[in-house]
Amino acid sequence: MMDKEPASISKKVEEFLQIFKKGEEFTQELLKENEKLRYRVAQLEEVTKFSDREGDFKLHTFEEKIKFLEDENKSLLERYRIVEEENKDFANRYVEVEAENNNLANLYVASYQLHSTLDFGESLKIILEIVMNLIGAEEFSIMMLDEKTNELTIVAQEGMGPEARAGVKLGDGILGAAAKSGEVFYREGDPTDLKGVDYLHPLVCIPLKIKEHVIGVIVMYKLLVQKRTFTNIDYELFTMLAGHAATALFSAKLYSQSERKLTTIQSFLDLLKEK
Amino acid sequence: MPDYNFLVVEDSPTMRQLISFALKRIPGSKIIEASDGIDALKKLSTQKFDIILTDINMPIMDGLKLISMIRNDSAHKAIPIVIITTEGAEEDRKRGLALGANAYIAKPIQTADLLNIVNNILGNKG
Repeated sequence: MMDKEPASISKKVEEFLQIFKKGEEFTQELLKENEKLRYRVAQLEEVTKFSDREGDFKLHTFEEKIKFLEDENKSLLERYRIVEEENKDFANRYVEVEAENNNLANLYVASYQLHSTLDFGESLKIILEIVMNLIGAEEFSIMMLDEKTNELTIVAQEGMGPEARAGVKLGDGILGAAAKSGEVFYREGDPTDLKGVDYLHPLVCIPLKIKEHVIGVIVMYKLLVQKRTFTNIDYELFTMLAGHAATALFSAKLYSQSERKLTTIQSFLDLLKEK
Repeated sequence: MPDYNFLVVEDSPTMRQLISFALKRIPGSKIIEASDGIDALKKLSTQKFDIILTDINMPIMDGLKLISMIRNDSAHKAIPIVIITTEGAEEDRKRGLALGANAYIAKPIQTADLLNIVNNILGNKG
């Protein structure tokens, strides 16, 4: 009995020791594993730190890029606005140039036609055409000044009634005053506000002048129904007519006088030859 | 570039020149002028036109008679016609359009308006 008990104790001790040894081995393993894990954690911490730094760097780069693009966008929008403004200016300028071009074409055609003939009657007809078609007058006349009697007399007219005065003395009324002063007369107010045509109060009276010498007047009393107001080109045409129509009529008159004289002289020479 | 033949019928040389000046701004335009309706009919019998632009008050044959004759002529009835006249009253406009004119312009003409109307008829944008 006594021998059996120590043997059993010894076995148990041995078993305990084995268990203890295994426990020690296991503990050693755990410590190693722990060491490995700590190393791994340390590694990962390093990687994470680096990633954070990289992320911060990237974020910063992106922010800078966004700011740059935003600035660029602003600058482009500003440039676009400036170009749009310039474009509008060019469009307006184009319209103005077109209008000016058309006005010049009107003036060119009018002056070209005025100087296209030396026939007095044709010159009068051309002036009538210009006043009617280019200015848009419905009732108007051309009056020439007789230097001997100092009287303005109608040499051509369009649409005027029989109550119109055929002659006006220089200095008399609006027409006479305009012819005497050489200044263009414009009636105040709306040109379409007629209240009946008044031959004593014309809309416009343009003295026909060669330098400062008045040879006649163009007088407008009524505009065509579709003509609402005078435009810039009308005033340009008035100025053009004042000079060019005067020259055209004066030249035509001189030419017809010289033609008549030439015919008379020729007849006289023929008569002398016959004798 | 297409060629466009225009017939300008007008007794006033000033207006003929002014209308021709405006039409010359259309690329490929060729302008023939006639001084009255009879002259226009003679020119119509010898060549083709894309548009006829005519005045109303003319000697020998007026514009309304000319339009009426063109619209009753099978060879020329399809040619677009634009009236350019000093007669600006609404009843004149209606009468002209009722006779078969495609457009009506009252004088004094504005070049931009004339070109817009002609370009619209030709199907151009500019």
